[in-house]
Amino acid sequence: MSTDGATMLTETGADAATVIRLENITKRFGAITAVNDISLNLKENEFFALLGPSGCGKTTLLRMIAGFESLNEGRILLDGKDIAPLRPNRRPINLMFQSFALFPHMSVRANVSYGLEMEGVRGSELKSRVDRILETTQLTEYASRKPDQLSGGQRQRVALARALVKEPRVLLLDEPLAALDKKLREHMQLELKRLQHEVGITFVVVTHDQEEALVMADRIALMRDGEVKQCASPAELYEHPNSRFVADFIGVMNFLDGEVSVEGVVVQGLGVLTGRSNGDTRTGDRACLAVRPERLTVAPSSAERLIHDNVLDGTLTDIAYHGQDIGLHIAVGDAGQVLISRLSAAAEGAADFKVGDTVQVGWQTQNALILPDDSKT
Amino acid sequence: MYQRLRTFLFVGPGLAWLTFFMVVPCLLVFLYSFFERGVYGGIVYDFTFENFDRAFDPLYLAILLKSAKIAGLATLIALLIAYPAAYAIARAPAQRQPVYLFLVMLPFWSNYLIRTYAWIVMLNREGLINRALLDFGLVGEALPLLYNEASVVTGLVYNYVPFVILAIYSSISRLNPEIAEASEDLGAPSYKTFLRVILPLTLPGIAAGAVFVFVLSIGNFITPDLLGGGRVQMVGNLIYDQFLEARDWPFGSALSLILIGVMMCLLFAQAVAVNRSAEGTR
Repeated sequence: MSTDGATMLTETGADAATVIRLENITKRFGAITAVNDISLNLKENEFFALLGPSGCGKTTLLRMIAGFESLNEGRILLDGKDIAPLRPNRRPINLMFQSFALFPHMSVRANVSYGLEMEGVRGSELKSRVDRILETTQLTEYASRKPDQLSGGQRQRVALARALVKEPRVLLLDEPLAALDKKLREHMQLELKRLQHEVGITFVVVTHDQEEALVMADRIALMRDGEVKQCASPAELYEHPNSRFVADFIGVMNFLDGEVSVEGVVVQGLGVLTGRSNGDTRTGDRACLAVRPERLTVAPSSAERLIHDNVLDGTLTDIAYHGQDIGLHIAVGDAGQVLISRLSAAAEGAADFKVGDTVQVGWQTQNALILPDDSKT
Repeated sequence: MYQRLRTFLFVGPGLAWLTFFMVVPCLLVFLYSFFERGVYGGIVYDFTFENFDRAFDPLYLAILLKSAKIAGLATLIALLIAYPAAYAIARAPAQRQPVYLFLVMLPFWSNYLIRTYAWIVMLNREGLINRALLDFGLVGEALPLLYNEASVVTGLVYNYVPFVILAIYSSISRLNPEIAEASEDLGAPSYKTFLRVILPLTLPGIAAGAVFVFVLSIGNFITPDLLGGGRVQMVGNLIYDQFLEARDWPFGSALSLILIGVMMCLLFAQAVAVNRSAEGTR
């Protein structure tokens, strides 16, 4: 994958598989711009995630697609047609609310039937379609229960069934797993992915949980302050973040701040360090060198000198035990910047590290990134 | 022991109050209704069912039915006025809701009698409304707006609408707005969202407000007295007259007991309605 791909903030140019096309969408609430000039293509049968910290505008964007918020600027095209004038009840799009918003006075079956009844589906067709979706979501035996007689996970499945039974072009999910506990959440991540494959409907999920997005989505749009900072596959986002914000939000990342030089980044007290540049930085710019913990090699100072492109000397200040792996916190240079390295607990010599050891830490140029400094001060 | 003492101290005053001012009078009413009236008023302690026989005389039954009709009408109109208002307040921006609720309660800063007299000024032959209609030439002569059932209903509705707004407001504001959105998202036009989702879920508030208006209206005697001008007699006036004019306490008690019975039935029906919908809400 070329680094150019990673620099593309948003994709333009519709292809045949595009279901929804967002064109320069802007939404303002008074003086606050919640969504700022966003363009995205959502493709057929895709699991798409809108990821970002709270207040980044992801839910507003979702509600605009559903029709609950109007646009200040831009267009939303569904299969090439502008759906801006359509009320939510006229859009072949369904939204699964964060609160699930089940009808508390109706049974599970009545909840699920509701949307089809509104389309005028009656009799045996209504029954068979509801039966089928209850089966798919494993709710058949709970059909006559009221929502308050269900567990959180069951309620979530009812909300899902209620939206899916309408066979929408796109299903929007607002923090679908936020109400569930951790164990169930991990299970449901895969469950949602399976379901999406099974029904073949485009899913757009809003989440603030980067892990959730990485596990579930085919593509992720990472948002901040109403803008899409990067839109790419999970692997692309992780391996080729286009900015410090993205690199910091996805996974764990070590940053060394400095100034761009011809050879790399000059970091105070550490000299010139090398990494890949994606072309967004020029000589003299403030920038940072970013390297993932698992890309760092750590060895005791007493051992043979590492042959990596960059090697720094430091002191082990902390050892964090995570079970399957170990986090080594290494202070380097006069300023004592801390680099975190992760190595498998089963790795050779992993158990020999002790706090206070002097160590050498090294990485190859192609495993580090030079990123423009866009962090907020 | 200490626990029981504390419970007693906390519950005691309220319990004493209820016993002396609620239970004892009710018991007296209950007992009096089975005794005979003395020739010059007062009570002759001879057991009889005669008071109830008399109460179900078509003459008095008609008054009870008319009271129910007036109260029912007032309830219906109050609900129709209060529901949209409550809905609008509950859906207004959160920081403005207390202001609107304050405005709803503002009339209660003035006295009930004064507010009712104000309606006389408005509905009079020479009143504000008639004057305006005459001045604009919309009517040839003053309309008989006062001293009929309509003016009594108007007065009752006016007095109780704020309570109904509060009752329904609390019910609507508890409703998760996403539930209505979900209905729309699933393809329901607004009126279906209202009929199938919002209305059933706000039924407890409606029931509470309705019972409130009905119970207070059917027993009301001041409004029919002032705005009905003696021409509209409700069961409240009848009871009032038995105690204070006719000095027939036993008969007044029997009428009161019947009225209390009607109200109890309504409160029970309301409790059942609220319970049933609460099953679905939680």
